Amino acid sequence: MKLLLAPALTVIALFAVALGCLLQYSVLTFIPGSLQTGGFTLENFKNVLAPQYLGVIWDTVWLSAATTALTLMAAYPVAYALARTDSSRVRSAILVLTLAPFFTGAIVRTYAWILVLGNAVITWPIPMLFTERGVLVGLVHFSMPTMILMLAAGISHIDPVYERAAASLGARPARVFWRVTLPLSLPGIVSGSLIVFAWTLSAYPTPALLGGGKVQMIATVVKDRGLDSFNWPGAAAFALLALAMTIVLLAGVGRAGTRAA
Amino acid sequence: MMLKAIVAGLLAFMTLPTVVVIAVSVNPTAILSFPPSGFSLRWYENALTYPQFQRAAVNSLWVTVGSVALALPIGTAAALALERGRLRLPTLWATLLLSPLVVPGVAAGLGFLILAASLGMIRSRAVLIAAHVALVLPFVVRSVWVSVRNLDATLERAAASLGATPWRTFRRVTLPLLRPGLFAALLFAVVVSVNEFVVSLFISNRVTEILPVAMYSYVVNYTDPTIAAMSTLFITATFAVVWVADRFVGLGRVFLHHR
Repeated sequence: MKLLLAPALTVIALFAVALGCLLQYSVLTFIPGSLQTGGFTLENFKNVLAPQYLGVIWDTVWLSAATTALTLMAAYPVAYALARTDSSRVRSAILVLTLAPFFTGAIVRTYAWILVLGNAVITWPIPMLFTERGVLVGLVHFSMPTMILMLAAGISHIDPVYERAAASLGARPARVFWRVTLPLSLPGIVSGSLIVFAWTLSAYPTPALLGGGKVQMIATVVKDRGLDSFNWPGAAAFALLALAMTIVLLAGVGRAGTRAA
Repeated sequence: MMLKAIVAGLLAFMTLPTVVVIAVSVNPTAILSFPPSGFSLRWYENALTYPQFQRAAVNSLWVTVGSVALALPIGTAAALALERGRLRLPTLWATLLLSPLVVPGVAAGLGFLILAASLGMIRSRAVLIAAHVALVLPFVVRSVWVSVRNLDATLERAAASLGATPWRTFRRVTLPLLRPGLFAALLFAVVVSVNEFVVSLFISNRVTEILPVAMYSYVVNYTDPTIAAMSTLFITATFAVVWVADRFVGLGRVFLHHR
């Protein structure tokens, strides 16, 4: 039985070796114009904290936080309707509309937003495409399906008996929501938010296409340095930063999960 | 009533880009306009006859078939081991198997690129398939694991006590009982692999690139609605798959908890 785990662990080991390569290159000297690398250095990590890149990190964190907050507010009503509707047709309709973009892939979804945010469809009073605002809209749209599913899973675990009890004791619907439903769905809110925040931190296609080079996030820096300037050591340091931030956040999800259980 | 209106509005926000893409894809002129100024299928013709998309579609087929064919048995075996293997530290192994899910695409992509370069296999299809196997494995393990957990072991013991060999028990009892989980795993694996973009961008070139990467290059370089036509084909296929999956498996059972 235990041997059945071996092939999967081989795959994971390969994945780990790839990440190991990242770690190795992040402490090697970049030789401009060459894929050869020099000796050991900490210069790449010092570079990450250079003022111009510190700005990118700040933008990334700010955009991720704003995305998480807006996604949470927009996803909650949909998740609530999905978890609580009595009609199986409504449930199917919401589920299909929620899951279809989830399954359509990043390029199709982002291209769609290029059309909407460009002035071809709607004439926007303020520029949207190639601005942080536009990227934010794209990121929220991108995160919605994940958030809706995580929240709906949490809300469907709440026994409606609690809400009925509160209502029968005279609480008005708004009070029932704020004092009973919302606190009980907190585990879903926390894990959904952390996952969306972590994913947005390392999002690539949305800032690359909707930002048009004018909006830089950590992932676009990794791609520009790694694939366009062939600065693999410099790109590796940034990629490790994204990885480290993700791991810290998702360790948070694990802890939130254990506390809820 | 208010909730209904809000939910409808939010669902409209989620669907709006899809509607716009479909409308633009049948627009007769190269200048993007909405609503379309007529009806034309020229961008579909363009998309289907563009040589780079044809080549990328063949690559996508190879990479997806190859990686799913590997990941499905590997993931199923792992799910059985996780549930039945009486492992010490089961959560540690589970976390390890699901870990590719949380690694940022740019980190995995650059890592695989450097690994491929140091093996002298830069931009080889094998590296692309290996990366895809790792990326879809968590979805397979998760889907099958749920099915294994819900499986009634007495049925297998009954088969064994009636004289079936372990292999026969597995083939005639265990595997059929796991069918919903395997179907969900297949669905997820295909969808994830077909749409994978960031990691593939790092480890492919014009010859080996898969469809999302080819589409990305097109978006960056051209502005005509060919991509809208290509996207519409993707969206249609996806809707069909999700709808069929909901009809036959019931997606609600996969994602929601029912008392």
